[in-house]
Amino acid sequence: MTDTAATPAHFEAHHDETHDEADHRPGFFVRWFMSTNHKDIGTLYLLFAIIAGIIGGAISGMMRMELAEPGIQYLQAWSGQEGDAAKHMWNTLITAHGLIMVFFMVMPAMIGGFGNWFVPLMIGAPDMAFPRMNNISFWLLVPAFLLLMGSTQVMGSTGLGSGTGWTVYAPLSTQASGPATDMAIFSLHLAGASSILGAVNFITTIFNMRAPGMTLHKMPLFVWSVLVTAFLLLLALPVLAAAITMLLTDRNFNTTFFDAAGGGDPILYQHLFWFFGHPEVYIMILPGFGMVSQVVATFSKKPVFGYLGMAYAMVAIGVVGFVVWAHHMFTVGLSLNMKLYFTAATMVIAVPTGIKIFSWIATMWGGSMTLKTPMLWALGFIFMFTVGGVTGVVLANGGFDDIVHDTYYVVAHFHYVLSLGAVFGIFCGWYYWFGKMSGKMYNEFLGQVHFWLFFIGVNVLFFPMHFLGLDSMPRRYPDYPDAHAYWNEIATYGYWIMAAGMAVFFVNMLWSLIAGKKAADNYWGEGATTLEWTLSSPPPYHQFNRLPKID
Amino acid sequence: MNGDKMRILKTAMLAAGLALASFSVTSPAEAAAAPAPQAELAPAPEAELAPAPGAESATQDAAAAPAEEFEYAVPVEGVGMPDGGIDLPDQVTEVGRQALWFHDALLMPIITVISLFVLALLLWVMARFNRRSNPEPSKTTHNTTLEVIWTLVPVLILVAIAVPSINLLANQYDLPEGESVTVKVTGNQWNWLYEYPDHGNISFVSNMLEEEGEQAEGQPFRTDADGPRLLAADRRLVIPAGTTVRFQITASDVLHSFAVPAFWLKMDAVPGRLNETWVRVDEPGVYFGQCSELCGARHAYMPIAVEVVTPERFAQWVRIQGGSMPGDDTGDEALEVDIEGAEDAPTVEGEVVDQAAVDNS
Repeated sequence: MTDTAATPAHFEAHHDETHDEADHRPGFFVRWFMSTNHKDIGTLYLLFAIIAGIIGGAISGMMRMELAEPGIQYLQAWSGQEGDAAKHMWNTLITAHGLIMVFFMVMPAMIGGFGNWFVPLMIGAPDMAFPRMNNISFWLLVPAFLLLMGSTQVMGSTGLGSGTGWTVYAPLSTQASGPATDMAIFSLHLAGASSILGAVNFITTIFNMRAPGMTLHKMPLFVWSVLVTAFLLLLALPVLAAAITMLLTDRNFNTTFFDAAGGGDPILYQHLFWFFGHPEVYIMILPGFGMVSQVVATFSKKPVFGYLGMAYAMVAIGVVGFVVWAHHMFTVGLSLNMKLYFTAATMVIAVPTGIKIFSWIATMWGGSMTLKTPMLWALGFIFMFTVGGVTGVVLANGGFDDIVHDTYYVVAHFHYVLSLGAVFGIFCGWYYWFGKMSGKMYNEFLGQVHFWLFFIGVNVLFFPMHFLGLDSMPRRYPDYPDAHAYWNEIATYGYWIMAAGMAVFFVNMLWSLIAGKKAADNYWGEGATTLEWTLSSPPPYHQFNRLPKID
Repeated sequence: MNGDKMRILKTAMLAAGLALASFSVTSPAEAAAAPAPQAELAPAPEAELAPAPGAESATQDAAAAPAEEFEYAVPVEGVGMPDGGIDLPDQVTEVGRQALWFHDALLMPIITVISLFVLALLLWVMARFNRRSNPEPSKTTHNTTLEVIWTLVPVLILVAIAVPSINLLANQYDLPEGESVTVKVTGNQWNWLYEYPDHGNISFVSNMLEEEGEQAEGQPFRTDADGPRLLAADRRLVIPAGTTVRFQITASDVLHSFAVPAFWLKMDAVPGRLNETWVRVDEPGVYFGQCSELCGARHAYMPIAVEVVTPERFAQWVRIQGGSMPGDDTGDEALEVDIEGAEDAPTVEGEVVDQAAVDNS
């Protein structure tokens, strides 16, 4: 590869790097605001994701409160307004919840947080390829989030905030309105630019900065997952950027890209959006696949079963994920041939996904498992992702989709793969690496309590949504006929159980950071074989100044 | 003018088979219908309850001229509306029943078995291969036979799903030949405009019925005879049973989606596009749906209420609306009068004209 300047004789893994840490450690401002250190930037991303997650989670709590019983109970009080302005607030809530969770919670946590922290460590690199670009990637996200938060406080169409849904479909998003939607769009521009820069950084790092002997086919699966994710980001986000730029010009400069009256087409926006949007859902789940693979192997004390199949299954999911987008648009009036094609192509994705599920189980088969907290999250991930996956196969059928399209069935499906998939993956990685990142061990008992409360809570919250969807309750509704009251009430109880689990999580984290046991270098023992476990916990400020050598 | 009214009267009498009504009786009926056409269409119980002046005179008219009244059906609890259950609604079209079978008999069993299979495997490995029961982990990392099996078996399952899936899709797009009724559906913020271009251009707007006390001044409110809260509409879309009905769906402002779950029907209403789909409903009855594409503040408040009636009653309904069945020789003059009468529904005429221009672009 590109490490031609190196001769293997120079590279022996060594642990005595404390003198590096003592050297030139920057002051507080320089360290956290002008950071070029992948671990510090990773930490910033994780803190950012936690804050965004609290806000996004609180918004979902508001929505569940409103939906707990038929009729409008809270929207007037929360918005301080009546009529359409109060109802508009509902649309602002769903929009903010979606955008925050996708762009400011899951993506920063998985790619920015764990990716930054562990990709360089796992491939034996001293840092990311472009440390300053890494910094700007993070700091673009902060104003993006502030813009999105600010957009909820300025005028939208019939009330405060942008009420377009996270998909920002035209022409609702191009209707005459206040600056809220412009701010939300610009927020997406910045977040998108942040992700594109991050993707460039990861691709360059993974291709050029692997330690000698670390061939692509020896890379840990988490690194593979981030590599595939980075390519998806690089190819998908520019399309989103183009689409929302056209929205901006339609809104402000009288272009008519998406306005039929001027020769444009609202459906064009949907094609562009979902050309980005479908890869985006794999962007959110692939790093979770990677983390679960590491955790399952570690706690089974076995190498990953079918490593190559696992790696190329992710590549296949990434590639096929680009040619299935119109299954999000089955009801827009597609031709029969288009629906047939997108039905078939979508179902194909089930094959590599199935390979991954069965390979994880085969990794555990014959293993010597310990059911520590990260492993519980991994097992929960595998089962819940299976449930979300099979309803995905159901939805893939264009002929079936009509009845549940834009209903709570779809909401249930994508929360099973995201809230019970991606979020389980994030917690899996968090507990797995918490000791490595902080140097302190989390409390195992509280970790397990968190898992069980969260697991029960989200299932009580989201499983009834399948029933609501089959019983034809549409999405994005603040009120519903009385027949839907029962399952909505149950779902809201689920939210509170989940919220109690999150309270346990925060108690655990505070307790662990203050009084947690000191973490050993490799606290998971023989099953943990990747390079980050050869370093101290937390790792030295600069690691691998002499590169490790991989056999 | 007299001639026009005579024609309307004639069609009404033909439809009802009554020859008793006289010119002097129908004249005030026409006059009363003009300011409040909704009252004329409102189901009987509401007409009794509604305090609006229009409604009152409509009640009198109904007594005086039964030929002019169309009896709207009372919805049946749990039919054509959400029932709070955990499964899909009963289907009243052939395509819908095929799709329901596809889900209930094929998809659901398959995904349930797959999920339980994965759960069983997980529980088994947790019980059998934990630290206590299996202290020495194996080092197996490959098994080609297994890997081929778990690649090929899912492929076969998917093929088993794909064949009926393709068949269902093809049937959904296969518009039956023969006579059909065309309805143009236009989504507006936040109501539905229904037009019958082949039936003398009947055209009316359907709004959600508000709860008692929440309705606007002089507007009717919902009663149980109209349907459940949030689903009942002031004017129902009326279509014949056993006949192919083609829906041509568009929107005047933003995206909407025309959905009737009992028909397995959902089609987006897109400004500048005319999406066509069709249904053929066997069972007369009242079926409800809701807008299914985010369209702004009152997205949850623009229901779809469809009343399916026998073809004979459909013809009666059409004539009461002042329309004509294809093949009738009632001329266009009759229509003009009636459209003016029905046109007071809360739509802006210019909007409709604009929409026509957009459609042509």
